[in-house]
Amino acid sequence: MAIIGAGILKGLGVTMRHFVETYIEDFKYMGFNVDSSAVRRQNPKNRGLATIEYPKEKMPLPENFRYVPFLVEDTSKEEEKCTSCGICAKVCPPQCIWIERTEDPVTKRPVPQPKQFFIDSTICMNCGFCAEFCPFDAIKMDVNYEISYYPAEDYKTAAADAVAASIQDNVLPVHGGGAVGRLIFDKTGLMKSDVYHATIHPSDWAREVAERKPAPAAKAAPVAVAAPAAGLSAPKPAGPKMAGGPKMAAPAAGVVVPAAPIVSSEAPAPAVVSPPAQVPVTRPSKPKIVGHV
Amino acid sequence: MAEEQFQNDIPVPDDLKNNIFITSLDKLYNWGRKRSMWPMLFGLACCAIEMIATAASRHDLARFGWELMRASPRQADLMIVSGTVTKKMIPQIVRLYNQMPEPRYCVAMGACATSGGPFKEGYNVVSGVDKYIPVDVYIPGCPPRPEALMHSFIKLQEKIEKQSIRTVRWYQKGDEVSIPVPMLGPDLVDMRKANEIKAQAATV
Amino acid sequence: MAAGAPAPAAPKPAVAAASPVSGAKPPAAPAAVAAPAKPAVAANTDAEMADITAKFEGLISKAPYEGVFINDPARLVEVATYVRDGLHFSMLSSITAVDYPKDGVIEVVYHATRVPSGGKPLCFKVRVPREDGKCSMPSLCGVYPGAEFQEREAYDLYGVRFEGNPDLRRILMWEGFAGWPMRKDWKEAYFEGETKPFETRWPAGKHELAEERVPWQDNVTFPKDFDPFSYTSKPDGNIYESMTGNRNSVQGFPDAPVVVDANGMNQPQADEFMDELKTDEIIVNMGPQHPSTHGVLRMVVKLDGETITDLKLALGYLHRNHEKIGERNTWLHNIPYTDRLDYICGLANEWGYVLGVERMMGITPTPRVEYLRILMAELTRIESHFWSIGFLLNDVGAFFTPALYFITERDFIIDLFESVAGSRLMCNYMRFGGVSRDFTEQQLQRAHELAFERLPRAIDELDHFLTENDILKARCIGVGYLPADRSVAYSLTGPCLRAAGVGYDVRKADPYGYYERFDWDVPVRYNADVYDRYLVRVQEMRESLKIVQQVLQRMSKDTKVGDIQAGKKAYNHRVPAGQTYARVETPKGELGFYLVSDGGQNPYRYHIRSSSFINLNSLKEMTVGYKVADSVVILGSLDIVLGEVDR
Ligand code: SF4
Ligand code: SF4
Ligand code: SF4
Repeated sequence: MAIIGAGILKGLGVTMRHFVETYIEDFKYMGFNVDSSAVRRQNPKNRGLATIEYPKEKMPLPENFRYVPFLVEDTSKEEEKCTSCGICAKVCPPQCIWIERTEDPVTKRPVPQPKQFFIDSTICMNCGFCAEFCPFDAIKMDVNYEISYYPAEDYKTAAADAVAASIQDNVLPVHGGGAVGRLIFDKTGLMKSDVYHATIHPSDWAREVAERKPAPAAKAAPVAVAAPAAGLSAPKPAGPKMAGGPKMAAPAAGVVVPAAPIVSSEAPAPAVVSPPAQVPVTRPSKPKIVGHV
Repeated sequence: MAEEQFQNDIPVPDDLKNNIFITSLDKLYNWGRKRSMWPMLFGLACCAIEMIATAASRHDLARFGWELMRASPRQADLMIVSGTVTKKMIPQIVRLYNQMPEPRYCVAMGACATSGGPFKEGYNVVSGVDKYIPVDVYIPGCPPRPEALMHSFIKLQEKIEKQSIRTVRWYQKGDEVSIPVPMLGPDLVDMRKANEIKAQAATV
Repeated sequence: MAAGAPAPAAPKPAVAAASPVSGAKPPAAPAAVAAPAKPAVAANTDAEMADITAKFEGLISKAPYEGVFINDPARLVEVATYVRDGLHFSMLSSITAVDYPKDGVIEVVYHATRVPSGGKPLCFKVRVPREDGKCSMPSLCGVYPGAEFQEREAYDLYGVRFEGNPDLRRILMWEGFAGWPMRKDWKEAYFEGETKPFETRWPAGKHELAEERVPWQDNVTFPKDFDPFSYTSKPDGNIYESMTGNRNSVQGFPDAPVVVDANGMNQPQADEFMDELKTDEIIVNMGPQHPSTHGVLRMVVKLDGETITDLKLALGYLHRNHEKIGERNTWLHNIPYTDRLDYICGLANEWGYVLGVERMMGITPTPRVEYLRILMAELTRIESHFWSIGFLLNDVGAFFTPALYFITERDFIIDLFESVAGSRLMCNYMRFGGVSRDFTEQQLQRAHELAFERLPRAIDELDHFLTENDILKARCIGVGYLPADRSVAYSLTGPCLRAAGVGYDVRKADPYGYYERFDWDVPVRYNADVYDRYLVRVQEMRESLKIVQQVLQRMSKDTKVGDIQAGKKAYNHRVPAGQTYARVETPKGELGFYLVSDGGQNPYRYHIRSSSFINLNSLKEMTVGYKVADSVVILGSLDIVLGEVDR
């Protein structure tokens, strides 16, 4: 307190140190792989400020990272692992999962396979409950966060046209329908292979494989259900569906988790989404007042 | 980029010459706009925290030429609706949007701004800012990571690239129509629907 | 402002007295003072309840589950005064209403706390009929000024009129809104079902968006012959009129009577020295879109020159209906929603909620869980204080350089959260009796690096950078003064209260988790100004770091890896009927959850006692008399987060 302004000088010293340290760091990393240097510098041990040049380089994503969910496809059988037990729809806090159960056309008994499966990613709060409580490891949290989109381009429905027109004509969209259409994923849109799952969640996958091995799948599956099944009236998983367990482990268990980047920058965002034609959004045509929201 | 077009010596019919000139101009014009978008300094909820993180050192929005967050809508080109839009807030948002000079863009950041998100069912929540103002890019996620926000900027740049001076709404004839500001009545009243609401109320 | 004084006089004598004290004290001197000798924390309030039952014979009866009923609402003030003065429960923690349509009553529940000694809160309840007109009771603002906003909230959401509340307007919704939205029979526009999970989602998979149905026909009724064209919307009621007082010329408000003099100029009907100074008294709206209001807060300030003479807050611009949604949700569903209350420190909020549910269900978490929770909550505290100091500096005028440094440090902490819990902000980490994931070796390694290297260095740097900065001191010392007794009366909690010399910290006062097993202090300072709030925060970061370090050192020894869930993990919890008020110390102050269960899958009542909201009660008294530029600094020192203010 003796000298007026000493505190300010001290503070400026800190700024100066940051400045110098940043350049020292830059210097240290010169000559290394420039692409990853900034990422590597996001380490508490390093000093200085490093900027990640996003589209070129990306922060490695932790395995636990969660964005919107996807359905795991059993590649050996080319169908979803989901048995439409409905637990994920129940635990979803904003209730953004809709599942339509398949019925056997003859007996009218439910078949453990979803006829349709929707997730409204515009509501999803990325909480991860669906993946956490699914007893069949059939739904997992994706790490691809590059799914932002603009509606008027490739999305062709009446609602999108209205949006496109409104952007052109200054007529306001009645429903802002673009988002609602494009970002509701249906079963096809949600499906990703278990190889992809194994790639992005190696340790989760290792656990699944380990759980599957000791017992034949026909037994393993009900064990897995046993605990959470208490409070639901789900159909028992039918035998044949689950019998593929050991087999399905085969192709993917051998997958040594590739050294590929966790999130590939090349993965184009639209790949996540089903073709728009498959997104049935019910839009009653009767006139109504929607402005009141 | 623009010069390439001029050097192109394929013969061009006279009536198309004008178009080609416009195309080149479009490129220049779009290039200028997309590289210096000034977002409005305007945060609504949790997503705004990620928006601030995007502007901070690690992600550094300035790399896109977008760093200048203006607190005044008059100086901003882009409104990032970062968070839950409530009925109580929407009149202000519409007003701010109306005050932005064209060309103006709007990014709906996060589930809430896109559709109401986890709070969609709430009695004071507007289910998506696009119910009132036109949205250019939507970002799902709750909250979207800073990278996801930047991805939306890249998308927006893509979109701008496709625009043409001849069709964009702000060079068209006629006055700019501003969006009627919704009113806080017994519930939120969308003034575009006022006639229907009046008719409805008469029959209660 | 003193008439004709060339230099602005210190607005409050008390401030002038306070500043030299802190000026004389070397600020680097140890700021941490252990909280007053550790009080024996009372396990329950049976003795006090017996006391008031005896004192007010016939008036008090025991309420089910918790607390006492005051049978005659008219005598509430009398009882409350005794609770405050006789029993020394000097702070009113929480007020909330619960609707019981079956009994035809609305129950208003009060929780009072002893400060700073703590212990369990004393709960008293009053029941009033639900019918409009009869639904009214006396206000407690005279006894506990901190009741004002909470009473307005209960009025806004339940329609309970608190007679005597100085400003009984709607606070979260707007004036003119139809209905009392939190009542059990009130249905929102997108009403789908009383409780989740909704039947339509499975197995039929009915795919219909809420807005696809004509939304408001059933649930929102516009009054007959409502005409939007002639309706005058007055969302804030008479906020401006109530502020104009006897000075009638208010620019920009046509309603206010204006006297126009012969020259056509507006002439205020002024008192004498205003005439002399020729200042205009103006009312300025700051916000809801303002870079310094930390979100969508709106301050309506009355200015005389540059001096603030009155201040009112308009809230609710981020009212997201947490409580209504929370009562539709199942118990589990609410966990991720709590993250979104105070979105800077989601993990701290989660703890408050799971703590309440665990108490009702009688679950004891495993040691590993307790360690992990403390670890996460204290890292959250550090992260939140980094954020708040950074933005306080923005408000002071050091635009963004400090904030950028602190956001960088904070990024490392939330990177750890992301790698453990899966998300940077919305961790959704805690479960009833457990946590969602254990730390892996690498994550522990990273936590070690942070706790022993990076963060101590960062906090030292912060201290070095700012604490003695002359500009910061000039802007902060003596600003926003609110003495201890007023702070307690206004139910101020958190670092702001501790900067006023009251060592009240829920972690010590009403202990939860394993906090008692670690060695740490509650930092207290005594000048009650912005600078001391800043210092308390810095010191709290050091204390939190101390806890984190101890946790990391002892965790491997004391706990078993992977032991992260007490009992069986489930998703369909049924919570035994009961009530509880669980509170935790978040970086902002006391966060309470008042939960009522009727034994079902969903909370019957889910109330959030939010510290940011209640801390704002005292903003007016802190601000009036200072310059308008100080108001943003004072607001910054309160460190509010709008998600929690408006919920
Ligand atoms: S919980 Fe799993 S198996 Fe059951 S419906 Fe959901 S995704 Fe399918
Ligand atoms: S992540 Fe959460 S909100 Fe999203 S679909 Fe799964 S359960 Fe629902
Ligand atoms: S989308 Fe999620 S993070 Fe963003 S404002 Fe809404 S609740 Fe908050």
